[in-house]
Amino acid sequence: MSREADISGKLDWVSVLLYAAMVGLGWLNIFAAVYDETANQSIFDLSLNSGRQLMFIAAAVVIILAIIIIDMRFYEAFAFIFYAIILVILVMVPLIGKEVGGNKSWIGVGSFGVQPSEFAKFITALAVAKFIGSVGFRMDSLRNQAVLFAMILFPLALILLQKDFGTAIVFLSFLVVFYREGMSPFILIVGISMAALAILTLIVKNQWYLHGIIGAVVVVLIFFGKRTVKRITTLIFGALILILTIESFDYVINNVLPERHKKRLEALVNPNFDPMGINWNVTQSKIAIGSGGFSGKGFLKGTQTKFDFVPEQSTDFIFCTIGEEHGWIGTLLVVALFVFFLQRIIFIAERQKNRFARAYGYSVASIFFFHFAVNIGMTIGLFPVIGIPLPFFSYGGSALWSFTVLLFILLKLDAHRSQVLQRI
Amino acid sequence: MNEGRREIVQLVFALVGIIFIIKLFFVQVLDNRYAELADGNAILREVEYPFRGLIYDRNNKLIVYNTPEFDIQVIIKEVKNFDSARFCTVFELSREELRARFKEMKARKEYSPFKPTLFLNQLSNIDFARVQDHLDEFPGFYIQARTTRAYQSPTLANALGYVSEISKENLARDASGIYKQGDYVGQSGIESFYEEQLRGKRGVRFKLRNVKGIEKGSFKNGEYDTLSTPGANLYTGIDIDLQQYGEFLMKGKAGSIVAIEPASGEILSLVSGPSYDPALLTGRNYSSNFKLISNDTLKPLFNRPLMAQYRPGSIFKIAQAMTALQEKVITPDTRIRCDRTIINCHGAHTNEDLRGAIANSCNPYFHNVLRRMLNKGIVNDPFEDTRIGLEEWNKHITSFGFGKRLGIDLPNEKDGLIPTPAYYDRAYRNRPWKFSNIYSIAIGEGENLVVPIQMANFAATIANRGYYYTPHLVKAIGENGKPLPQYLERHYTTIDSSYFVIAVDAMQKVVEEGTGQYRARLADVMVCGKTGTVQNAPPLFDHSVFIAFAPRDNPKIAISVYVEDAGQGARAAASIASLMIEKYLFGGTKRPHIEQYVLNNKFE
Repeated sequence: MSREADISGKLDWVSVLLYAAMVGLGWLNIFAAVYDETANQSIFDLSLNSGRQLMFIAAAVVIILAIIIIDMRFYEAFAFIFYAIILVILVMVPLIGKEVGGNKSWIGVGSFGVQPSEFAKFITALAVAKFIGSVGFRMDSLRNQAVLFAMILFPLALILLQKDFGTAIVFLSFLVVFYREGMSPFILIVGISMAALAILTLIVKNQWYLHGIIGAVVVVLIFFGKRTVKRITTLIFGALILILTIESFDYVINNVLPERHKKRLEALVNPNFDPMGINWNVTQSKIAIGSGGFSGKGFLKGTQTKFDFVPEQSTDFIFCTIGEEHGWIGTLLVVALFVFFLQRIIFIAERQKNRFARAYGYSVASIFFFHFAVNIGMTIGLFPVIGIPLPFFSYGGSALWSFTVLLFILLKLDAHRSQVLQRI
Repeated sequence: MNEGRREIVQLVFALVGIIFIIKLFFVQVLDNRYAELADGNAILREVEYPFRGLIYDRNNKLIVYNTPEFDIQVIIKEVKNFDSARFCTVFELSREELRARFKEMKARKEYSPFKPTLFLNQLSNIDFARVQDHLDEFPGFYIQARTTRAYQSPTLANALGYVSEISKENLARDASGIYKQGDYVGQSGIESFYEEQLRGKRGVRFKLRNVKGIEKGSFKNGEYDTLSTPGANLYTGIDIDLQQYGEFLMKGKAGSIVAIEPASGEILSLVSGPSYDPALLTGRNYSSNFKLISNDTLKPLFNRPLMAQYRPGSIFKIAQAMTALQEKVITPDTRIRCDRTIINCHGAHTNEDLRGAIANSCNPYFHNVLRRMLNKGIVNDPFEDTRIGLEEWNKHITSFGFGKRLGIDLPNEKDGLIPTPAYYDRAYRNRPWKFSNIYSIAIGEGENLVVPIQMANFAATIANRGYYYTPHLVKAIGENGKPLPQYLERHYTTIDSSYFVIAVDAMQKVVEEGTGQYRARLADVMVCGKTGTVQNAPPLFDHSVFIAFAPRDNPKIAISVYVEDAGQGARAAASIASLMIEKYLFGGTKRPHIEQYVLNNKFE
């Protein structure tokens, strides 16, 4: 056990440092987001979010130590059992959970509440990785693919039942893992195209433009590629499916949906729609970030976030505080930190000697990427408002612990990568 | 099979980061709108309106002061659960008025639902007390206190002017950027002319507030806050008692009284009849009252002392006399036969010298004098000769301040008219003209036009024996201050002061034994004056005119009185002038019968 634990020389300190930097910056910004100049406040004050976040960070350190001490084989060995347990808990949450901010994802433990859905992320990651890493796994087997999709759809559906849309769709990020492990990109491409088409149908009022574009693309593809019968039929069929999709979307939007739902939907896909009404949050978020200018207003000098113009300013919209107080320099640094961090995780994932560890590494990278992209995209109006936290920056114990566990299990596996049998 | 997929994933991750950085660069660095929007969100700009300067009379009696009034402003975004029925009850508005106000407000160019916008203006103290207790029922509505003008007495309206909301046109013309829509600005009279001095400097306080509008301290510790500076008080030369007395005498008459202190050019009173109560043009009822006053057929907003252009009549003969003396075409002893075949005359006289001609206002005498001036025989051509003579004549007459606005410290002063050769060329459409065409200017009729302030200034010039200070209302800007520099400058006429002595003698004679003797003469002081009876188109009565100054030596007051349609100058105008002089010099009249005569006679 002690030999196992002494891995300080093999731990990926670059990742640890990035982690520490982000958690530290997050903590300072959580203080800035709620800071009130007129009240003489301390960053350590436990009645403030920043004080509590410090407690969460301390707990995270304990969790890290525990992860490092526990035998690395434990995670793979118990992955399915954890998965089964978390599914049971997720089923129970809507029954015993308490409602916080419109969704029922919390269960009480003493005075603190935790969100099981947060922990479902790394547990599902372990289970998916274990399945991909199992002997005889082949991605081109339809049965295996079905199992994998089921593995992510179960927690996704259960979390949707808690009305936590944001956390639910995080599970779609596993598609990146499947892709890396050999799944045909066809499903990904069709899926992304469908989503894009749905959005375009809402934005472009005359769907004939879309039909024209699809037709033109197909003609170009036929003309320039191999002109086999199979390829041409596939392309034409694909185009027809797309056109049909557009028409059905259009029909549903214009004839089935009531006007107010249509507006709501339009606001969701178009952050510039109704800026003072439905999109008030995005408008205020952009104002806060935009007002930071090049170098920001200075630490604790922001007005938009701490005066509550931006909603959820220490959780989902923490990026606004960074943008307002530290300007473009600050946001550039944070984005760069994330991009570097994500590349580092991919680098770590790729140097693993078994499929389990690699698939797990990609799960970690994908989940972080999904949060990063959706959260920041939402605050600057590039993405619909979907409430998910910015990893390490947003206030909240469950999210911080879940992200910590996610990362440090990978670092633990990575530290022992030379001890495992090659199973790729 | 899976080669290159790692790179694709890495590329996508990096690409998203780059897109974010570019988008953030646009939002944060290139687009300045957000900074303004953020300030609009969090910074509440509170304007502190300064006290407008007060206006005093020459004896430091307060004429104009400030009284509080309250505007109601609204921030639409903060209005919640608005109960319009209740609002209408509290603010005493009809539903239509309420709707119209909202509509008008939203139509304004600078309207924003996030900024305080003027909703109801000028609630008086009484209205405010009623509304104040209920204001907390209407979130989003705020009070902006400011002051409005108030007056000690209902006098001097046209000279004082009024203060009202700046018009769209003036706002567009304002290059200083000081005014915003809804601001108050002096619109006429002293209020307009001295706007810059009276308005003071506005103060601004920047306060931080959160999304609920709760104040969160000052912005940057008040670094950008400015204190308001009250406007300068103005000390006028007006004697408010004399002014009130003048308006009392002019009651029911149309015309003007202008009294000036000759030694300084300070205006002692500036009466325009008919007038109005200046208090009508303040407060919430400004618009409805303004409509009433401006539509009044008697034109109470027409400031006659500056804007009415009249033919001067016989008072002009004094200027003619001095011009002729200066041009040496006559001497004080020149006698001219009163030949009434050329031009009609009045009174029993036959062959007067200059003093006598003035005292009797002899028309043939001045007809002859003007001919001597205009036709000196410098050239043989009578047309050209008249032209040369008129040029000379015009130079002298305008040096008395006629023919061009004097530059008093009030807006809208009129020029009057003293004809030049070029003027007659235009009038005769370049057909030839000579003395026989234009002789009626000799007796102050014809094309001559003067305004009452010029007549009073003329009296003051004679009183000073040859110079005047431009008449002005404000003698000190701020306590112990000075008037505007142009009012400290002496203007000399082109006439030698020795000839003024002759004019003074003649004017004394007018009052002692001439046309003005009965009503203008005062027992205790030597008044010098000149009557005028200006022809009016029948069936209207002639205009009654009188200019005077007193005492003869070291004069304290010079005055012009012009009463429209009131007949001979010796009657209404001479009476009013002497009563005013009496009031100013002695505090009241010893001749109640004259006062009664002025007040009760219909002058028909």
